Amino acid sequence: MTQLALVIDLNVCVGCHACVTSCKEWNTSGVAGALADENPYGADPSGTFFNRVQTFEVGEFPDTQTVHFPKSCLHCEDPPCVPVCPTGASYKRKSDGLVLIDYDKCIGCNYCSWACPYGVRELDEKEKVMKKCTMCVDRINDTNLADEQRKPACVLACPTNARLYGDIHDPESIVSKAIRENGGYQLMPEWETKPANHYLPRRSASSIDQQLSRTVEQQRPNELKATDAPSKP
Amino acid sequence: MNPAFSVIFLTTLIGAGQGLFLALVAAQCGIFGAAPASAFFVIGDIVALAFLVAGLIASFFHLGHPERAWRAVAMWRTSWLSREVIVLPVFMVLVALHGACFYTGCGYATALGVVGGVLCFALFYITAMNYVCLKFLQEWATPLTIVNYTLLGCASGFTLATALAALLAPAVAQALAQWALMLTLAAAAARVASLIRNARIRPKSTLQSAIGVRHPKIVQKAQGFMGSSFNTREFFHGKTRKVVQGVKWAFLLLAFVVPALLLGAAALTGGNMPVIAGIAFIVQYIGLLAERWFFFAQARHPQNLYYQAAS
Repeated sequence: MTQLALVIDLNVCVGCHACVTSCKEWNTSGVAGALADENPYGADPSGTFFNRVQTFEVGEFPDTQTVHFPKSCLHCEDPPCVPVCPTGASYKRKSDGLVLIDYDKCIGCNYCSWACPYGVRELDEKEKVMKKCTMCVDRINDTNLADEQRKPACVLACPTNARLYGDIHDPESIVSKAIRENGGYQLMPEWETKPANHYLPRRSASSIDQQLSRTVEQQRPNELKATDAPSKP
Repeated sequence: MNPAFSVIFLTTLIGAGQGLFLALVAAQCGIFGAAPASAFFVIGDIVALAFLVAGLIASFFHLGHPERAWRAVAMWRTSWLSREVIVLPVFMVLVALHGACFYTGCGYATALGVVGGVLCFALFYITAMNYVCLKFLQEWATPLTIVNYTLLGCASGFTLATALAALLAPAVAQALAQWALMLTLAAAAARVASLIRNARIRPKSTLQSAIGVRHPKIVQKAQGFMGSSFNTREFFHGKTRKVVQGVKWAFLLLAFVVPALLLGAAALTGGNMPVIAGIAFIVQYIGLLAERWFFFAQARHPQNLYYQAAS
């Protein structure tokens, strides 16, 4: 069975927000209607975004690292947001594992957003229905597009190739290989939601050197290691 | 969480209506002495129904698309909310039939009372399960939530029943006041137990598990936007710790201490019952509004971990 997913490489993401703007541009222009964009040039802009890039500082000065962290719907394999929906508007598509929302059935009760520990669902202020990342379902299923274009807008926009897209149930896919070879992990594994999207941890220059030249170098004490991923045993 | 007033009114209003109906069924079974005249039951059912209808109306204000609310009956196999949407109207019909039966003098009052009572308890359970089933809202995910929803609803409903009985069936009013007092004290004990439990919770999710970096020192520098969003509005109340603590003491006083003293006075002396029990209900209901606000405000949603700093 297919499970489409994104794999986001935190070692490569430079925090440029190109995935955020390309996501908003594509998804506000589709047949499902515009994404709310209230007061965009005012003091308190507010609107619907499927994808955001956040920034965290890890470590103690001077041994700090800046981690840019893109966050969107993780398309969980056991999504807690789906069974709570009273109308069936929220569903997990069997054919490709995407968690989707039928905007025509959504009553805007917000309950699914309460049931998502990651905070990736947003009630659209204009249309009053719940919205979230669709993995650009209207791109990836559009047979009129060339094969290399049938990917989520964020993946196509990323200038550093930090976003990989594919089927994590196919062991030979680019995403499965990336997860396997680079210690890919899931967010908040404690809730057993089995997110389909994975993140690749920061890799130190020395560990990349190890991979490339097999030389062993001493690591600094505060350096992030691939084993820092909490989902790793 | 940011308390939603539509849900606060929904749960407190139907709780009082449900408790009142249970008090009527108990009176019907002769628990407070000889069963009162049917006028008490007819008016009691009308009042209970009014509370249930008011709660249902309040719930519509929570919806982005109230005109589609009928769709919410679809997913009863998986969704507690869907089950609530089904059971609440069915229960309302039974309350209406129960009252109509006493009005017309039909012979099914006992059967309707029993079936209605079972549905009433089912509704308490289902309403609470909406919160209990969200396991990462650790303040809610406890059987104490079910106990509290049931006892708090029963306490306010029995206090309301005492006020009604003082007007319509004075013979049972004093016994009802004793029951309302006991339920209020039991609800206080259960609510304090949940306060103690929730004060000891260690959140399972941390910033480390949220972004998947095991370093002990992580500080958010940007949440991705400078303004507000659904994420910053829906999941945090935005009040200071002091305000939240103030609401806690207010509900402990208004929902439990003051009504218990008033009900105690009513149960012992029996003097000026309609006024004392009426004031007890109003004070207790205001206290329960504060209690429900606190119930929402106290729940810490793990998504807030991602929204600690705007820039």
